Amino acid sequence: MSERAQKLLDYADDELILGWRDSEWTGIAPSLEEDVAFSSIAQNEIGHARALYELAARELDTDADALAFDRSPDEYRCAPLVQQRRMDWAHTIARHWLYECADEIRLAALKESDDEELAGLAAKMDREETYHRLHAQMWADRLRGNERFEEAVRELWPYALAVLDEPLRPRLAERTGLSDVSGFQPQTQRGTVTDDLRRLWEEMTMVRRSVAGATW
Amino acid sequence: MVTAERVWDALAEIPDPEIPVISLVDLGVIRDVRVDDARVWIEFTPTFLGCPALEVMRDAMAAKVRELGGEPDVQVITDDSWSTDKITPAGREKLRASGFAPPAPRTAQPLQLVELQRNGFRCPYCGSTETTLENLFGPTPCRSVRYCNACRQPFEQFKTI
Repeated sequence: MSERAQKLLDYADDELILGWRDSEWTGIAPSLEEDVAFSSIAQNEIGHARALYELAARELDTDADALAFDRSPDEYRCAPLVQQRRMDWAHTIARHWLYECADEIRLAALKESDDEELAGLAAKMDREETYHRLHAQMWADRLRGNERFEEAVRELWPYALAVLDEPLRPRLAERTGLSDVSGFQPQTQRGTVTDDLRRLWEEMTMVRRSVAGATW
Repeated sequence: MVTAERVWDALAEIPDPEIPVISLVDLGVIRDVRVDDARVWIEFTPTFLGCPALEVMRDAMAAKVRELGGEPDVQVITDDSWSTDKITPAGREKLRASGFAPPAPRTAQPLQLVELQRNGFRCPYCGSTETTLENLFGPTPCRSVRYCNACRQPFEQFKTI
């Protein structure tokens, strides 16, 4: 697989799995507004995943659904940050804020890419992600200083760093005001497949596996 | 005989699947139509990538072209060329008339939450700008929810992208 296709899959897997995780709040978020917000963000992240998978699919001569659902769990490349299943609200907001900060940096880099197709897609995604960032920032500002939230941010920080390629990590430290980009922890690195992801894979591929070729 | 003009006219009859008061042409999502004999190429720029209506729009366009006797080839362009600024003046008026506040113009600087929270967004029902942001997110990816303090009516605001 080319480096380009691999990069596209890394990113698409992040957005797909985060979209599933966000959708775990549908119906049970702490308020109706947040129920709507997380459901809408989930829908949009999965839309981004689809667009990224489609770019990869053209290169790999397959289609977006096959990439999203027909690979084995061990082939997924999403960062462990997005694999963690529904957490308490403090952790949910900590992950949301850290991921959106990292994603802003990743998108800024992709928009400068010489790959016109990818740069164009990144520019479009960035417009939409603006609203996710505003939402994440609003909550991070609201919870700042709250002990549970601060602890969740500290706990997830090594995971957030691993969303980005190493050269981009100092920018995340600067953006979030958190320091220490050095702390390497193997379980936070991209390429690690957690039990949480295996369980999610069972669920999200169930229909596809049980009825091959189903359309609706 | 299929002509670009006939294709544009036909596409102008397709309602947006989620906001049917406005057509795909009003929405500005059709970037180009080219016709070569019976082949019809349409460049379609999605609104939001997470919009669940994308397939419906694409299929509706292809069906219209077939009705005209053409062979459709709808290309989905996923770059930054669509913006809410592409919604036509007629489209904006139709949105307003049915209770959707049309989007504010795109700005050079990234959006700030304070700008969305302050007054200035006009209520589509009474015209007051005494409105507040209720939720950045709404029933579809393209809409936010605001509340008009003058006529005490919640309304949907098209997001600017």
